[in-house]
Amino acid sequence: MSGVRRSFGTGETRVVALEALDLEVAAGSFTAIIGPNGCGKSTLLRLAAGLLTPDAGTVLIGQERDAAPPRAGDGRVGLAFQQPRLVPWLTTVENVALPLALAGASAAERDRRAETALQRVGIQRALRLRPAELSGGMAQRAGLARALIGDPPLLLLDEPFSALDALTREAFDTELQRLWLGQPRTVVLVTHSVSEAVRLADRILVMTARPGAVARIVEVDLPRPRPVLSGDPAAARVDRAVREALAEVHPPELSPWTDGEDAEEVPA
Amino acid sequence: MSGRTLLRLGGGLLSLAAFLVAWKLLVLLTDTPEYILPAPEVVIDRGVRAIGSGVLWEHVGATVLEIVLGFGLGAATAIAVGVALGKSVVIERVLSPYLVAAQAVPILALAPLLDIWFGGGLFARVLVCALIVFFPIAIATMVGIRSADPLLREMLLSLGATPGQVTTRLEIPSALPVIFGGLRVGVTLSVIGAVVAEWVSASTGLGVLINIADQGLFDTPLMFVALAALAIIGLAFYSLVVMVERRLVHPA
Repeated sequence: MSGVRRSFGTGETRVVALEALDLEVAAGSFTAIIGPNGCGKSTLLRLAAGLLTPDAGTVLIGQERDAAPPRAGDGRVGLAFQQPRLVPWLTTVENVALPLALAGASAAERDRRAETALQRVGIQRALRLRPAELSGGMAQRAGLARALIGDPPLLLLDEPFSALDALTREAFDTELQRLWLGQPRTVVLVTHSVSEAVRLADRILVMTARPGAVARIVEVDLPRPRPVLSGDPAAARVDRAVREALAEVHPPELSPWTDGEDAEEVPA
Repeated sequence: MSGRTLLRLGGGLLSLAAFLVAWKLLVLLTDTPEYILPAPEVVIDRGVRAIGSGVLWEHVGATVLEIVLGFGLGAATAIAVGVALGKSVVIERVLSPYLVAAQAVPILALAPLLDIWFGGGLFARVLVCALIVFFPIAIATMVGIRSADPLLREMLLSLGATPGQVTTRLEIPSALPVIFGGLRVGVTLSVIGAVVAEWVSASTGLGVLINIADQGLFDTPLMFVALAALAIIGLAFYSLVVMVERRLVHPA
């Protein structure tokens, strides 16, 4: 992304969500984006997914010569949302296979690939259940399976764990890391949790609010696979660096990271 | 038959019996003459004779045909128009004044006009029927389409769904419960539409039978037979819609 600007509304109520944003994400890397509500994180993901187009600047996905603006449904991007967003009248298999159904794949292929995708996220037992019968964690896994079913080279995660309880969330982080180590693909994770970002990412972007732009970049040079990192001195240093960057970028009254140990209570 | 079904059936029969008894008592106590309010057994007797002679079937058949065709035509166009109204605010702004105006003009006043335009045949009557069911179904469909979850809509768009796919896979399924609310209202209205149309111009139908019984024969029991037949037809079609609804609408 280079020089990207995107605003919403007109006149008095116009809000510039992103301004002069430059961002390059290396293929196969894991990037976390952190910042307060309204810093344009979600807008950034929607631009990358092709759901929005920039007012100015360019968004390109791919390597060198093959790079092209994203187009929703072109198979290069998988997007998982904060809420799982499963269709209530479809079974888990049908929900996960929805991208294939939209593209006109045969029923046999849909079932086969959906089952593989569900196995990958560990809920193959929930195949024929409907979303109302799934726990929050299972539903979120199904949402992730749907994003992964087309094997996209770029996976975008929009606070996918913020609706889960802390323990489920840690387990989820562990699995996400396992999935990523098993098959490294480019991941961009938007999160409110510093500890989650430190545990998962190669690089943490701290964003400014309105208009949003990348204010600081913190490199996370810790060995993988990373366990739950509480108490690890190296991790604590990175953690502190991120919190300091946040405190610098945002006025204290807006920044819950300056006084609390963890930011997981921040409402979405 | 489960105990529950039995209980429901028993309750239905009991309320019907209570209704007939109250009716009979009313006739007895007020000593009303038969040409104003015939007793239930007189009506039943008249009904049996009308069925036996084949007269009733002929009229029921004509009315049912009008209802089926009129409701079918009206519901199909109403759902199509409702989807368009729901999807586009512009279309809604342009069309809705005409829809509301057409609905505000009494169908009784429109029926003679349609009769003149379309030559007094079955088609004119079907059209009256279709017109009266159109509004509630179109509005219900529009509201239902708009009620689709915007988060699911964005999810589908992120997967590259076309506007048509968003309609068939999300908007119509989530609108179904509301659409069926409109269909339930519409199907009962279609009975009214058929009778009104027959009143204006027809040679058979329950509306015609009521007219004959009233003005030609002074046969009040026969009028009651026709009214009962209309009530039963209305109930039957309503139950049919509810049955289809149970089949199609997933419990959320």
